Amino acid sequence: MLKLDIFLSALANGLMTGAVYALIALGLTLVYGVLHIINFAHGATLTAAMFAVFVAHSVFKIDPYIAIVILTPLFFGLGYAVQRFVINPASHGNDSNILLVTLGLSIIIENALLAGFRSDTRSIDVPYGFSVIEIGNLFLSTPKVVAFFASFVVAGLLWLLLARTDTGKAIRAVAREKTGAALSGINVDHIYAVTFGLGAACLAIAACLLMPTFLVNPRIGNAFVLVAFTIVVLGGMGSIAGALVGGLIIGVVESLSGLYFGESLGQIGIFLIFILVLLFRPTGLFGAKA
Amino acid sequence: MTQQPYLPILAVVAGLALLPLGLSSNTVLNFLSFAMIITLAAQGWNILGGYGGQFSFGHAVFFGTGAYGMALLQVRFGVNPWLALPVAMGLGAVVGFAIGYLSFRARLRGSYFALVTLAFAEVFRISANAWGFTGGAAGVLVPLRLDPANMQFADKRIGFWLALAFVAAVLALTLAITRSRFGAQLVAVRENEEAARALGVDALAVKLKAITLSGAITAAAGCLYTQKFLYLDATLAYGPWISVEALLAPIIGGVGTVFGPLVGAVVLLGLGEVTKTVFANLMGGSVPGVDLVVFGVLLIICVAYAPRGVLGLVQGWFRRKASA
Repeated sequence: MLKLDIFLSALANGLMTGAVYALIALGLTLVYGVLHIINFAHGATLTAAMFAVFVAHSVFKIDPYIAIVILTPLFFGLGYAVQRFVINPASHGNDSNILLVTLGLSIIIENALLAGFRSDTRSIDVPYGFSVIEIGNLFLSTPKVVAFFASFVVAGLLWLLLARTDTGKAIRAVAREKTGAALSGINVDHIYAVTFGLGAACLAIAACLLMPTFLVNPRIGNAFVLVAFTIVVLGGMGSIAGALVGGLIIGVVESLSGLYFGESLGQIGIFLIFILVLLFRPTGLFGAKA
Repeated sequence: MTQQPYLPILAVVAGLALLPLGLSSNTVLNFLSFAMIITLAAQGWNILGGYGGQFSFGHAVFFGTGAYGMALLQVRFGVNPWLALPVAMGLGAVVGFAIGYLSFRARLRGSYFALVTLAFAEVFRISANAWGFTGGAAGVLVPLRLDPANMQFADKRIGFWLALAFVAAVLALTLAITRSRFGAQLVAVRENEEAARALGVDALAVKLKAITLSGAITAAAGCLYTQKFLYLDATLAYGPWISVEALLAPIIGGVGTVFGPLVGAVVLLGLGEVTKTVFANLMGGSVPGVDLVVFGVLLIICVAYAPRGVLGLVQGWFRRKASA
């Protein structure tokens, strides 16, 4: 049953890639759920994080999995500062302005990386890059298996943070009703910035998990950003469970359509899902009423 | 002024038309022609985004459709470019209507509309890159045959004047729209769609008209691009660069104004050239992307401090001077 083996391995690969997609989408959906804005700089931030991992590895000889400890707080701080000191003041609270400001940020980040690193595609060389785990006839790449489980751990931690901590409670309050939250003494601007920081921190973790098996170039974020949007739209804007399920579905769709239709058309499947969901079910699978 | 609203357009266009008579350097002519093509694409965006308030992040879909339509009609079907141009514009209008029908019927607006247009542009880009008919990843080459009958001019000034003629026509059309019932309805939909509906405006029809027109105009920019460079691939035609420039020019120049896209395109491209030159001299070699970094910074500054763009700043300055 060679065909079944190929199918199963595509399925497993899709699930593993999908888990990292889910992690990327998690940051996006969190920001959407709380700030009700679409962060167009999400893809560019991921690219920046991947370059940070690349630099950490090639200049400072830090293993990508150890870099998680350094880059996660760093990107949380960056995300916090950017929302608090750039996006919020520049957009005057107007939604279409936020859209334009984050678009501006993505142009700046992407092209600053292009100016700094040129358009060459780079990768890092880690000893475990090609190691595999054997399950029956399936050969699973170890870094991808690690990424799969780590994504779920991060999603779980994020859920705990939102459900069990005071900050999480404040975030949920602001998401529900920001005026009411402000009246109860919650600093809305601070919570917005914290949420944005959490989104960026998710990307830093995703970048550390991706780099052992992925390549990076200044435009790589574009490949991920529409995928992440698709997941968020499919799962329902603002829904964490939706992002997880949506991520896994998209990972599998991409992997299987890549198997049956070839690499370049495999991507079209994702965009078609995106357009169809937006047109016919904009609330997604798990979303509340828009 | 009240009697002759079209006079400023005539003056600006005449001024631009005379420029190549004094400046004959190829660099300047290339710059001016390219600026006119970007202006045209931006004028298309401005009708839908500026007046209609529907921000598209994927105007490349119209630009690319015009550009590929123009190239493929000539290369694959041997159609004369003067005939291919209106056909390709028509294709842009059809794509505009189709995307508009699908997304406005589904009541997409704001960031959802921006996202869906971006996704359409990506679908077209990937398809054009994969399909043999469009030349795949290798792209399409339009054979060089310098002949006015073939819309290829040995004298670069004529190419510039042709693009300028399109810009002039769209300037006049935009002004006519602002003075028409359709224009008033479009602005009403932008300001408050529910209120406009309540007053009996058929918002769907108004938005559809705007996106169809917008598609045709931006497709015309694509057609002129094809004739100027005689080469296309999926990234040039449907890539994000043109979506971004079509949106940046009106926002930097003055969104929802007649001259905004023109002012914005000239400022944007001028600044881009200056940045590239400065950095090339500083670093001793060209640095890719620096011009776009400046564009991004400019976009944020405009949103933060100059919501009505360069034109708004200039008007405000004159008004303060007049009142002082």
